[in-house]
Amino acid sequence: MKNTPLLAFNDIGIYCAQADVYLDPWRPVDKAIISHGHADHSRWGHKKYITHHSNIPIIKHRLGEINVSGKDWNETFSINNVKFSFHPAGHIIGSAQIRVEYKGEVWVFTGDYKTEDDGVAKPYEPVKCHTFITECTFGLPAFKWQPQEEVFAEINNWWQQNQSEGRTSVIFGYSLGKAQRLLKYLDTSIGKIYTHGAIENMTEVLRPQLEMPETTRITRDVKKEEIKGNIVVAPPSAHGTPWIKKMVPYVTASASGWMTFRGARRRRAIDRGFVLSDHCDWQGLLSSIKETGAEKVICTHGYTDIFSKYLREIGYDARTEQTQYEEENAEQTSKTEDE
Amino acid sequence: MRQFAELIKTLDSTNKTTLKVEALTKYFNNAPDRDKVWTIAILSHRRPPRPVNTTLMRLWASEIANIPLWLFEESYHIVGDLAETIALVIPPSSASSEKSLNQFLQEIIDLKPKSDEEKKEYLKDNWLSLNYYERFVFTKLITGSFRIGVSQKLMTRALSKATYIDEDILAYKMMGDWNPAKTTYTKLILEENEEDFLSKPYPFYLAYAIEEEPKDLGDVSEWSAEHKWDGIRSQVIVRNDELFVWSRGEELVTDKYPEFEKFVGVVPNGTVIDGEILPFPEGEIGTFKDLQTRIGRKTVSKNLLKKTPVILKAYDVLEWEGEDIRQQAFKDRRTILEKLYTEVKSDELPLHLSHTIQFKNWEEAAEERERSREVKSEGLMLKRLDSPYLVGRKKGDWWKWKVDPLTIDAVLTYAMRGHGRRSNLFTDYTFGLWDEKKEELVTFAKAYSGLTDAEFRKLDAWIKKNTLERFGPVRSVTPHHVFEVAFEGIAESKRHKSGVATRFPRILRWRTDKKIEEANTLEDLKALIP
Repeated sequence: MKNTPLLAFNDIGIYCAQADVYLDPWRPVDKAIISHGHADHSRWGHKKYITHHSNIPIIKHRLGEINVSGKDWNETFSINNVKFSFHPAGHIIGSAQIRVEYKGEVWVFTGDYKTEDDGVAKPYEPVKCHTFITECTFGLPAFKWQPQEEVFAEINNWWQQNQSEGRTSVIFGYSLGKAQRLLKYLDTSIGKIYTHGAIENMTEVLRPQLEMPETTRITRDVKKEEIKGNIVVAPPSAHGTPWIKKMVPYVTASASGWMTFRGARRRRAIDRGFVLSDHCDWQGLLSSIKETGAEKVICTHGYTDIFSKYLREIGYDARTEQTQYEEENAEQTSKTEDE
Repeated sequence: MRQFAELIKTLDSTNKTTLKVEALTKYFNNAPDRDKVWTIAILSHRRPPRPVNTTLMRLWASEIANIPLWLFEESYHIVGDLAETIALVIPPSSASSEKSLNQFLQEIIDLKPKSDEEKKEYLKDNWLSLNYYERFVFTKLITGSFRIGVSQKLMTRALSKATYIDEDILAYKMMGDWNPAKTTYTKLILEENEEDFLSKPYPFYLAYAIEEEPKDLGDVSEWSAEHKWDGIRSQVIVRNDELFVWSRGEELVTDKYPEFEKFVGVVPNGTVIDGEILPFPEGEIGTFKDLQTRIGRKTVSKNLLKKTPVILKAYDVLEWEGEDIRQQAFKDRRTILEKLYTEVKSDELPLHLSHTIQFKNWEEAAEERERSREVKSEGLMLKRLDSPYLVGRKKGDWWKWKVDPLTIDAVLTYAMRGHGRRSNLFTDYTFGLWDEKKEELVTFAKAYSGLTDAEFRKLDAWIKKNTLERFGPVRSVTPHHVFEVAFEGIAESKRHKSGVATRFPRILRWRTDKKIEEANTLEDLKALIP
């Protein structure tokens, strides 16, 4: 057992042999420790789920009844002498880094994370470790986020401008995470907030945990005239479907880190792009890696090859491992939109 | 600059044509005249010569951003636009410049003869002191054309709204070879000045491809047909004993085709002929490949002139005896053209007539179309006999009815990220065909178009998961997908590994029903060579 690493990557997930558990596995296993509620990290079919307790309603909403136990932040639990604990990752509500310790050796798996405090998720806390397993969705120097106050000021201005021109604003964001972040900061003195069914469903699940403004679900009974001038929050998959016709005349926007690229927006035929991400930007990745004090870094998803090459150049022992966490991409295909 | 950057940002922030026109009109109503001239120039793809080579710009940008050059290059491959990459990687600034667009362009023009150190200093100062959009626009002015979803047509519409001058007249004024650094807004747009018009061509009338059956065009007797020639669409102008040859891209190419000097003194002054420049080696129409030996050359050697001479295949006359006759019916313009041709034709004069054909019925037309490859044409052009010569691409009076392309089933072997609208997406593909033993795939063509956005996204996701090797921006992928690739022509080629060059290859269909073993061989392709 001496040379077996504490965590290893196989074709099922990230495996801890000593404890015989998987972290965010992509195939069904007996025991899974789950970082957060997005569909590519908390998958269907495990016999037992262990996660931070705020994720439980989300995962049950998506997967139905499951055998799950909830833990608190920083609460240590041991499996065959391996100590596990959850630490805030700041990505979406409930999102956690998973700390794994055995005989003094510490590994941290980030799941997805961001360094900015968005006021919705519990803010990211750096955790000291020897080996840091990090995502790098936006691991390119072209990605630099503005503070969210500035972005939301732009979004609310945009809404107001559209309203004064008699148009409805339709903004796209993932139904879990981005949608609630938008809802929290939309300025309801401008008008009412309407939601797509997928977003309303998820938001209802989260209302007991989050303070959010009133929203109205768009159903058949909602009249076209009453929506006019207001804002509609919808998942990216709603773009270009007949559903959106009810909003005519409308202007569209997307809130995503990918909106950094002019091409990504133009390709999707979206009018306005707001750069708003639930992942780290380039500097965020570099600074959080530094803060962990880790010497070894493993990159799991995103621009892994480029990012790990750069890390090696600046002195880290860095490498890439293949995982099946959906490479969230500029096309914003169905990351969290369960059928 | 702030005003221009704001305009670009606004144009960038909408997909709706009406809003774009609104923003441009507002700009043309408010901007200083000098800036307006530059804006017109930039949006009609006239920019000052690039003062700094892009290799140096990439190097300097990576230094200022404090990242290794390879990381800058990787970022550039992914972002897909150099100016955008530079604007993104350099540390942000929120400052804005009071300098006008005109001042910036003047500085950019003055930059060209300066030393590399001075150039670097100038770029660095501006990069660090402009906000994201101004920095992007500033860099774009240096690196290349603006692809921001604003066509010249759209700009002309906005300018017309701002000036109350007719769009067609504006289009005419903006044609040709004018220098934005020298002309004024009054001279270019507002004033009527006959002298300036000496060299000016007319906006080309462009045909749409026929969508339905030609019989839907109505009574065949209302239509004239001619073969569609595969050369360079051009206007040849003779005015005041001077010759001007314009290509469709509004490029003055008089010097590239000295053959046409013979028109002066033979074709009367005040004549503008619309036609196709075609290669004519050994006294017959050559292939487009022959013409390519001429296209790139600014000065033409005697040898080349002898080996690959060109002719003008004339099909229309737009100006006659100094009068703009575009409003006359096509059949009347043809009468003038044919009369002119009969009077001046000789073996010496590189002027040929594109013969018109009239059919009794559409079936007869279809048969003629089938003969296109034999006469080295791409199909038929159908023109309404009583139609005027319109501006730009308009539906209704002119249609192109091309022959069906040649096709072959090939395997996707390499992919590269696209640019502009397709940046960060693998949309540029290389295709291979099986060798004799059916063991190896030999590259035969690259294609960039033909799939829907949804198909591009699907294939992009597949490519990212099935990459074998990376070579900078290019990835080799597992041979798995078969595509029907279409092309217009085919010829032997020593430059290509396959030994074959295809003309205008593009994807016709994604053959999800075919396995790679069912793709064609190189032998199959060679069998198509005429």
